[in-house]
Amino acid sequence: MRAAMNKPDFALRDFFGDRRQELIAHIPHAVELGMTMEQAGPCQALIRIPQGERLLGAASRGVVFGGVITTLLDQVGGAAVMCSLRELTSIATIDLRIDYMRPSTPGRDLLGHAQCYRLTRNVAFVKARAFHDGELDDPFAIALSTFMLAANPTPPGVMKALRSQQP
Amino acid sequence: MKTARSASDLDLMVTRIPYAVYLGLRVDLDEEGVLARLPFRNDLVGNAGLPALHGGVVGAFLELTALFQLLASVRDARIPKPINFNVNFLRSAGPLECLARARVVKHGKRIANVEVVAWQGDRAKPVASGFGNFLL
Repeated sequence: MRAAMNKPDFALRDFFGDRRQELIAHIPHAVELGMTMEQAGPCQALIRIPQGERLLGAASRGVVFGGVITTLLDQVGGAAVMCSLRELTSIATIDLRIDYMRPSTPGRDLLGHAQCYRLTRNVAFVKARAFHDGELDDPFAIALSTFMLAANPTPPGVMKALRSQQP
Repeated sequence: MKTARSASDLDLMVTRIPYAVYLGLRVDLDEEGVLARLPFRNDLVGNAGLPALHGGVVGAFLELTALFQLLASVRDARIPKPINFNVNFLRSAGPLECLARARVVKHGKRIANVEVVAWQGDRAKPVASGFGNFLL
């Protein structure tokens, strides 16, 4: 009886935990970049992009191009929104602002952590950071982004993909 | 438009940015300035259902266009470094080539502010716009 009065549970709770690759396996560009879903939980997500030559801004300096960090923080932001939904729906990024505080360190993987800190009926608000292993408190880039909910009339790939995988 | 670098200078600079080569970025130069092109590829898709380009790819394309407009405008050995970048996603970018142009709003001594717009087919229907500040 009490449970029925509570808020419905997170739609993707079954996918919370470590290394649940299903959450991004249906996104071609995420797969192409070798992204891995390191952790998913209530309203938050952690994603890794392995270091690679093709991600560099200037080959001579070994620093990853800023746009790659945009992709990481957009992706992990979207994942955090999906992990905050009580009912699955499609989402689309409205805008994303990113501050590049310093260059990433050559040769190290990129990690992105995002938290959806406010969810309204139509819009989700997200903050995200990019950092290296063990340096969550010393990010090299920070992003703020907003997402529109129920963005597309057609069911998005994620819903089909995730529903087919649900036990 | 008076430019500090030629089209072939810019082509050479694209080849020095591995990520721009990976995306397949093309840079043309005309009287309006830099016209950047991003040919469509299936592995750049974020939403396979629509399909639509990954938002991050669109953002990166805007950022590259801004950078190349700056490189075309100023003859300086140093590559401008992005301080921040803002992207507005206006429409989903379908399975077509993306085009973009940038405008240097302010070119200061140390910082340049650049605006960018990207579209597909119809320039009056932008898929994304953005602006960023670069350290010179």
